[in-house]
Amino acid sequence: MANKISDEVIEYVSILAKLELTEQEKKDAKADMEKMLDYIDTLNELDTDGIEPVSHVFPVHNVFRDDIVLNGDGSGDTLANAPLEKDNSFKVPKTIG
Amino acid sequence: MAKQYETVIGLEVHVELATKTKIFCSCSTQFGGAPNTHTCPVCTGMPGSLPVLNRQVVEYAMAIGLAANCEITRVCKFDRKNYFYPDNPQNYQISQLYLPIARNGYVEIGTGGTRKRVRIHEMHMEEDAGKLVHDEWDDTSLVDYNRSGVPLVEIVSEPDMRSADEVIAYLEKLRMIIQYLGASDCKLQEGSMRADVNLSVRETGAKEFGTRTEMKNLNSFKAIARAIEGERNRQIELLSEGKKVIQETRRWDDNKEASYAMRSKEDAQDYRYFPDPDLVPIIISDEWIERVKRNQPELRDEKLKRYKKEFDIPQYDAEIITASRHMAELFERASALCGKPKKVSNWLMVETMRLLKEKNMEPEELAFSPENLAGLIELAENGTINSSVAKEVFEKIFTDNVNPVEYTEKHGLKTVNDEKELLKVLEKVIAENPQAVVDYRGGKEKALGALVGQTMKAMKGKANPGMVNKKLREILQ
Repeated sequence: MANKISDEVIEYVSILAKLELTEQEKKDAKADMEKMLDYIDTLNELDTDGIEPVSHVFPVHNVFRDDIVLNGDGSGDTLANAPLEKDNSFKVPKTIG
Repeated sequence: MAKQYETVIGLEVHVELATKTKIFCSCSTQFGGAPNTHTCPVCTGMPGSLPVLNRQVVEYAMAIGLAANCEITRVCKFDRKNYFYPDNPQNYQISQLYLPIARNGYVEIGTGGTRKRVRIHEMHMEEDAGKLVHDEWDDTSLVDYNRSGVPLVEIVSEPDMRSADEVIAYLEKLRMIIQYLGASDCKLQEGSMRADVNLSVRETGAKEFGTRTEMKNLNSFKAIARAIEGERNRQIELLSEGKKVIQETRRWDDNKEASYAMRSKEDAQDYRYFPDPDLVPIIISDEWIERVKRNQPELRDEKLKRYKKEFDIPQYDAEIITASRHMAELFERASALCGKPKKVSNWLMVETMRLLKEKNMEPEELAFSPENLAGLIELAENGTINSSVAKEVFEKIFTDNVNPVEYTEKHGLKTVNDEKELLKVLEKVIAENPQAVVDYRGGKEKALGALVGQTMKAMKGKANPGMVNKKLREILQ
């Protein structure tokens, strides 16, 4: 295995993903991520000089809508997904910002 | 001698576009609806929902890019910026990192007689986040997703500004361009224009930039000026104490006139950007660019040049009038109607400005029609009403857009040019003020003024003061 993922990287990625991992999960995640990077290494063996990066697999572009309001009051359906609700809003733990 | 420092400032300006619907769904963008009423599965990030781009967003972004001398990116696309926060229901914001819609532009600013270019690094389209309101009662946050998915254009400048004055001149310039284009109303207080200030200091003459901080939560030009001054001083103090500036995001508290650290600035790769697979590329043809250019209204700088050629009004007046597209249109249409641009300019510069200030209004909020202003000027110029009545009628036009002809008719404000009636009043005034008559005849010019005043009062202001003056002199000779 060419790629070594350090313990710090695992810690950092779990902070970004807002995940609290057990020691076993960290070990597993490390192995999984190393496997993924090895796969990327295989891809890197290909010569891609002069090939445009592809972000979309279908030859489709310029799909637009007109600027016309079609949706009405969606608060009922939206708030049906709220574990906690107050004043027509999602209630979440106090967040600064 | 103390070291001299130079401030280096770059800006990230977010502008909420004036579309009717959100960027990727057909929900209304209207401000002020009850919480979560303008939401659907797309703008709340429900699994399986598919975003479809609003064409008008691309057109506005192109218009702003072209007006700011940018190159339009012919093949552009959207990327996902991943972060977790309750205002972001998808856990990613759809934005543009790799191929933003416009790049390499500039706007020209003028401060204190010098002109300067502020370069624009890039401009991209993205979606706004929801709004968090802190609930004091049970110490939680309430989330409203009405703003989630409202289209934004973010304009990123190069670090070309050196003072608060330059920053404000740049913002004013952007605001004017965008308002002229009709792409946004650009109100800082309401958040339809937001500026983040990236600031660093370095010793004067140094080549390298210092470590920068980013300041958020600046919602007025005054707050921006104060925040720049405060942050500059804070950084200079750190450096002169031999300490380091830490790269971080700081939040400005305008009440306390101080900033505090929000979070250490995450690097671009921490957002784990990648192309959004739900959205197809946008390919912009020459023909499309030409069409947007053709639909571009005359912008302020061009207007100023034309006014100089076409109208005999002072440069300063032209600058004030063209600062608002709405005011400039009022001026042009009223001038065309009455053929007296100088008079129109006077009414706008003096009475209109006075009333705007008195009522704490913006020129964009002027609600009277050019027809009524032109009508008033006709009445004043042909002597139908005198100047003090004209001012009185103008206030009515300003507040209620009244028709000046009907209004003066209805309220009997026309100047009385009937000589017989005037003579009758004059006789009465002379009879009632014998002392003033004696004084005037004895050589006191001032006494005549008192008699003119009495006459105007007796005629409820409807007489022509010049005429009253003339007749009085004739009688008392």
